[in-house]
Amino acid sequence: MNETRDLILDVEHLTMRFGGLVAIGDLSFQAHRGEITAIIGPNGAGKTTVFNCITGFYKPTEGRIALVHGDPAVLAEIDRATIEGHQFLRTDKGALFLLERMADYRVSQYARVARTFQNIRLFGGMTLLENLMVAQHNKLMVASGYTALALVGLGGYGRHEREAIDKARYWLNRVGLIDRADEPAAALSYGAQRRLEIARAMCTDPVLLCLDEPAAGLNPRESSELSDLLLFIRREHQTSILLIEHDMSVVMEISDHVVVLDYGRKISDGSPAAVRSDPNVIAAYLGVEEDEVEDVVQEVSA
Amino acid sequence: MATDDAVSARTEPSPVVAALRDAAMWGLITLLLTGPVVGLGTVASSGTYGFIQRWPLVFSMTAIAFAVRFILMMTVWRRRGAPAPRKVVADLPKSLDSLRKLFIPVFVLLAFAYPFISVFVAGGMTPGRYWIDLGVLVLTYILLGWGLNIVVGLAGLLDLGYVAFYAVGAYTFALLSMNYDLSFWVCLPIAGIIAAMFGVLLGFPVLRLRGDYLAIVTLAFGEIIRLVLINWREFTGGASGINRIPRPSFFGFEFVPSGPTSFAQFFGITHSPVHRLIFFYYVTLLLAFVVLIITIRLRRLPIGRAWEALREDEIACRSLGISVVNTKLTAFSLGAMFGGFAGTVFAARQGYISPQDFTFLTSALVLAIVVLGGLGSNLGVVFSAAVLVGGVEMLRNLGFLKQIFGNDFDPTTYRMLIFGVLMVVIMVWRPRGLISSRSPSVFLTERKTVSAAMVHEGRG
Amino acid sequence: MEYFLQQLINGVTLGSIYGLIAIGYTMVYGIIGMINFAHGDIFMVSTMISLVAVVLILSIGITAVPVILLLLLLVSLLLTSLYGWTVERMAYRPLRGSFRLAPLISAIGMSIVLQNYIQNAQGADKKSFPTLIPGYMSFFNEGSFPVILQYSQLSVMVVTVVVLCIFTWLVTKTSLGRAQRACEQDLKMAALLGVNVDRTISLTFVIGAALAAVAGLMHLIYYGVTDFYAGFVVGIKAFTAAVLGGIGSLPGAVLGGLTIGLIETFFAGYVSVDYKDVAAFSILAIVLIFLPSGLLGRPEVEKV
Repeated sequence: MNETRDLILDVEHLTMRFGGLVAIGDLSFQAHRGEITAIIGPNGAGKTTVFNCITGFYKPTEGRIALVHGDPAVLAEIDRATIEGHQFLRTDKGALFLLERMADYRVSQYARVARTFQNIRLFGGMTLLENLMVAQHNKLMVASGYTALALVGLGGYGRHEREAIDKARYWLNRVGLIDRADEPAAALSYGAQRRLEIARAMCTDPVLLCLDEPAAGLNPRESSELSDLLLFIRREHQTSILLIEHDMSVVMEISDHVVVLDYGRKISDGSPAAVRSDPNVIAAYLGVEEDEVEDVVQEVSA
Repeated sequence: MATDDAVSARTEPSPVVAALRDAAMWGLITLLLTGPVVGLGTVASSGTYGFIQRWPLVFSMTAIAFAVRFILMMTVWRRRGAPAPRKVVADLPKSLDSLRKLFIPVFVLLAFAYPFISVFVAGGMTPGRYWIDLGVLVLTYILLGWGLNIVVGLAGLLDLGYVAFYAVGAYTFALLSMNYDLSFWVCLPIAGIIAAMFGVLLGFPVLRLRGDYLAIVTLAFGEIIRLVLINWREFTGGASGINRIPRPSFFGFEFVPSGPTSFAQFFGITHSPVHRLIFFYYVTLLLAFVVLIITIRLRRLPIGRAWEALREDEIACRSLGISVVNTKLTAFSLGAMFGGFAGTVFAARQGYISPQDFTFLTSALVLAIVVLGGLGSNLGVVFSAAVLVGGVEMLRNLGFLKQIFGNDFDPTTYRMLIFGVLMVVIMVWRPRGLISSRSPSVFLTERKTVSAAMVHEGRG
Repeated sequence: MEYFLQQLINGVTLGSIYGLIAIGYTMVYGIIGMINFAHGDIFMVSTMISLVAVVLILSIGITAVPVILLLLLLVSLLLTSLYGWTVERMAYRPLRGSFRLAPLISAIGMSIVLQNYIQNAQGADKKSFPTLIPGYMSFFNEGSFPVILQYSQLSVMVVTVVVLCIFTWLVTKTSLGRAQRACEQDLKMAALLGVNVDRTISLTFVIGAALAAVAGLMHLIYYGVTDFYAGFVVGIKAFTAAVLGGIGSLPGAVLGGLTIGLIETFFAGYVSVDYKDVAAFSILAIVLIFLPSGLLGRPEVEKV
């Protein structure tokens, strides 16, 4: 593997149990800065649970999830941070976040991890613009002097609000929804709602964007637009992407690195090409017994 | 086609027969329901009970039920058959929506001129008193409605114990002014802050609760406050409450007939006790406008948008870095503060308060005002407060009904009955309230109102 | 010890009444997810119906207590059920599928209507009910504090157990119970599978009202008084009991009722009579904070 790639996310021995059910068992993988990392696997493999652990919605039963801002050298401090019980550490070169210890909203606010949801969660009764303004809440709260200053018209909140609107406009343009900015989000088509949710996540200025099946329910043209959007985000904004996806055309086309899960365990990890020809992966997707894998591989390559 | 008609003709009776059958059923039900309870009124007589028999009333109620049902079946419900559960929420009549801009200045003007109009129309200070008093009452409920609107309408947290904050405000003012001789204007912010603290106190434990659990805990909280007020006699005066609460003064001038600080003497007008009431009206109005302006401004600030986002989807809020704890607590405490203001005004106007003023019925009334007006709509609160508080209060004046129903008929005893029926009827007619569409807090090119069908409900 | 036993007896009696009413709340909540705010007032109406009926029965000269009780139960059960049915038809059914606050407001309106309807029809004074089951058993007579079990208390407990047995049979073994449970899971799906949803919901209200009628009669037999406002506090406490037990859970409602009854009685007996309701409501808040889904409710796993 290329040694120059900077680490951004380091998941170690992640385990999540619900009662007796093991949703994720001892999962370790890494994601690198400026890359699109895809997590794939059959239904029920535990992909969304991994996302919920990374974004703080679930507290993992065991394991460590480290996120790096800036210089990955900060990872050297990880054991100290773990033992001393910090949620995060900042050094002059970068910062280290132990996501498994942080509450969901703090993961977004401080560690700057944004996410979308498998069953889209927009603010349906609010307009597209309002949705993107809500995403800039924390920045605007500071700008409004935690409401107190802006309420009496002090502190130049107006300027910050205009900047926020500009950013929203930028993203609405980018996802092709600028003409509908003042309409309620619930009135959008399914594909447009998916794009809006990505735009909303991007408005939080994330360093890591987690997308839960962004191509689900999209037609081929919309899928290809989505690929372009994700490639654009990776290229133009220093945002790394973690992606759960079933649509293999999207995965193979845009991801730099693929992690395959089955029954909560990692069965393969590598470049798209490597994963595609991995017999374990093929077996998991086709559902064959292990001793038949060889046959399947031969069939596929034939 | 012909066979279809034949089939339906054979299986379905004619509309008149169907309507008669339905009306007869409801007539019978009415007879069964009212017969024992209305027909036989128990009255204590010499250690046991005797009956007042009211069979004519029962039969007329039965006849009315029959007639109403029959007429409805033959007219309004003819096409639809039976009244079907409504699935789609109708939007506000367009006319009302477009008139909204015109309404507001008219309202403001009317609100300011109201005491003078009352005095003028009623023909003098003393006859106008009733109307001004009613105006203050309606304004107090508008104030309460706007406060609760933040909690229920914007943040979507169902609060059935809002009266607790109203009580806290009233008692804070009463106790401070009685025990420490503090003036109304000093007490007002203190009462607001203390009520807000109670809001946080209530907010913390219920943060994790949703929906109806939240509703019942807030209801219990309201009852706890009331019970403490009744039973902590040394502090609150118990069930008899607090009397002779000092009246506020007008920049140091008191509303007394004469003396160096007399309002009437200073301005060279004849003293009238109504002056104080008019003053109160403007104090309440001023407070209402302050609350309104704060609410409108807050809605356009990040905190207001966060409240609405919370109502729409709490999980999405968390994914965007919004602290649900802070957002809910600010909504609770702000709503409570406005309730505290209203309580202060109430105590000062009334001059005496008792736990009897702060029963669940008040919470229900304020919630009804907010929901009937349309969740989140400030204008809707004004409408429904006027109808529910003003309209129902005016039933007291329906003395002429005595001439129809005889002297035993006292319309005021039916006040709450009509109020209850109104609540049910308006909900069946417009479940989303009068003004159900939502106006966006920010816009790029054009402010388009959002239809009620898109907006999530207050859920908690 | 004797004092404790006495409080226990009183608490269980009170708790039985709460439990019977709580079932009405919990069933309706389970099936259509709304707080039937008027349920406490249905209970109050049932006490008034019983009162009118008993005066009528005594005036025509029937004196055999078992006959009186049976007649009362029959009349009150039928008429109260009709009230429950009518309230659902008029105030809730037109709002089904509407947004959630609407039926709640409608229910609060209905509660106000029922209270004032009774106030106007029967007057605002406290009504006393004749003592039908006099007498008591007494234990520990040699001690300083004899424990008294009134026959009326005994009959409240026995009737509660019998009614609960019938009720349990109804919801677990009959097709109505099955239809109810199907509607609880998913109204639309149940309708698609041929369950008559309207009828099932109506029957739920009827059963709830019938249980409230039994509770009303028990209340009269034990306490002997009622008025137009009697439904409010009892209603809130019964709803508290339903939430405490885990709303939607039928055994939970009974358990919650007993818990609230015991807390109230013991607090009144050992700490302060004035603050017994405060204690009951505070317990509710505390339990919900630590056990948000109640004692026997299914814990909710947050779906992200």
